[in-house]
Amino acid sequence: MIQFHLARSGVPAYLQLVQQVHQAIRLGVLKPGDQLPTVKEVVGTLTINPNTVLRAYNQLDLEGIVEGRRGVGTFVSQDLAPIPPDDDRKALRSALEKWLARARAAGLDDEAIAMLFDDTLRPPAVSKVA
Amino acid sequence: MSTAIRTDGLGKRYGSTWALRDCTLEVPAGSVTALVGPNGAGKTTLLKLAVGLTRPNAGSLEVLGRVPLDDEGELMPKIGFVAQDHPLYMGFSVSEMLTLGRKLNPTWNDDVARRRIERLRLPLDRKVGKLSGGQQAQVALTLALAKQPELLILDEPVASLDPLARREFMNTVMEAVSENEMTVLLSSHIVADLERVCDHLVILGEGRTLLAGVIDEIVASHRLLTGPSTDDDVVTRMHDVIRATHTKRQTTLLVRANGHVYDASWELHEVDLEEIVLAYLGYGVDREFEAMAS
Repeated sequence: MIQFHLARSGVPAYLQLVQQVHQAIRLGVLKPGDQLPTVKEVVGTLTINPNTVLRAYNQLDLEGIVEGRRGVGTFVSQDLAPIPPDDDRKALRSALEKWLARARAAGLDDEAIAMLFDDTLRPPAVSKVA
Repeated sequence: MSTAIRTDGLGKRYGSTWALRDCTLEVPAGSVTALVGPNGAGKTTLLKLAVGLTRPNAGSLEVLGRVPLDDEGELMPKIGFVAQDHPLYMGFSVSEMLTLGRKLNPTWNDDVARRRIERLRLPLDRKVGKLSGGQQAQVALTLALAKQPELLILDEPVASLDPLARREFMNTVMEAVSENEMTVLLSSHIVADLERVCDHLVILGEGRTLLAGVIDEIVASHRLLTGPSTDDDVVTRMHDVIRATHTKRQTTLLVRANGHVYDASWELHEVDLEEIVLAYLGYGVDREFEAMAS
């Protein structure tokens, strides 16, 4: 069983829940057959709108990742590609460390680095306007 | 989705002053809707009209498909209402308050009431007046919930509570929503944390509806644009400008975006709900700009 948390990040709450399930599956914390917390449990621990939890679970259901069983609960039904194994992760991290050193050498401070990273990760902020 | 509350051009006048005017809105059934606005915006008036404590002077109002005051006998058992400052009989014990609730409400569920009081660890023999503000609020909420209402109306339920009591109160409300099919309409002048518990929002200002909709959609469609102060014609023609502030070099616009913003000379930022609400209520309006424009 996983426990959800919410951050004040500008990411809608339902999406945060969806992402946390994705992440838990990718990290192997959740496996097919595992049960997600009930809506009532999530509401009780996070003090959030039950409709938000339902929306998250519906989306996961549509994605085919979980399966709601009436009167029983919501269960993980599908595995997701795992986050790279330890070795790969180490290699990625060391490449990132090298890049950070270059960025600092070029005179970028932490804020500038974070901006550059965010900008590259989600490029056209413009296209997100509904 | 069906509608729990529907108003059309609703107005209420006290003497020569309109407390609520030309108010048109819908509260979807099953939603948790926040009614926000500054003090004096007409929030309490709207809620009082909805529960039939007063009669409108203009427009129409339907609650759960009925007209308050005209269908009182049918409607009242279906509405739970916690008034501002959650009034209770201070000289009554918690247990006596529950007895009163049971005797006054035909749809009362005594099990629900006692279970909640037990879970809150409130002593039944304690006088209500001796309880903390947060506990009193919980007792008032318990009375409203034990009616098993279809519609729960809360007027500034957490305004007088500390952050912990606020959270506990909303926790009880959210749990009740997850257990029963219920519509909640709550008024608040505190916008922080509403995003967590509410899915719909109505902004009232000076007695009128300024904005109403699904919170996620509201947040997704508003953007803060900053750019050179020379030329905002294109942007203002395409999008609804909610708030504009100008300095000599820079213009900042909070807009409701109609489609994409392509103009590369504008920098785009996301805005949170609180900032959007404040913009609609007119805080931070640049008076100089208004003078220039006219």
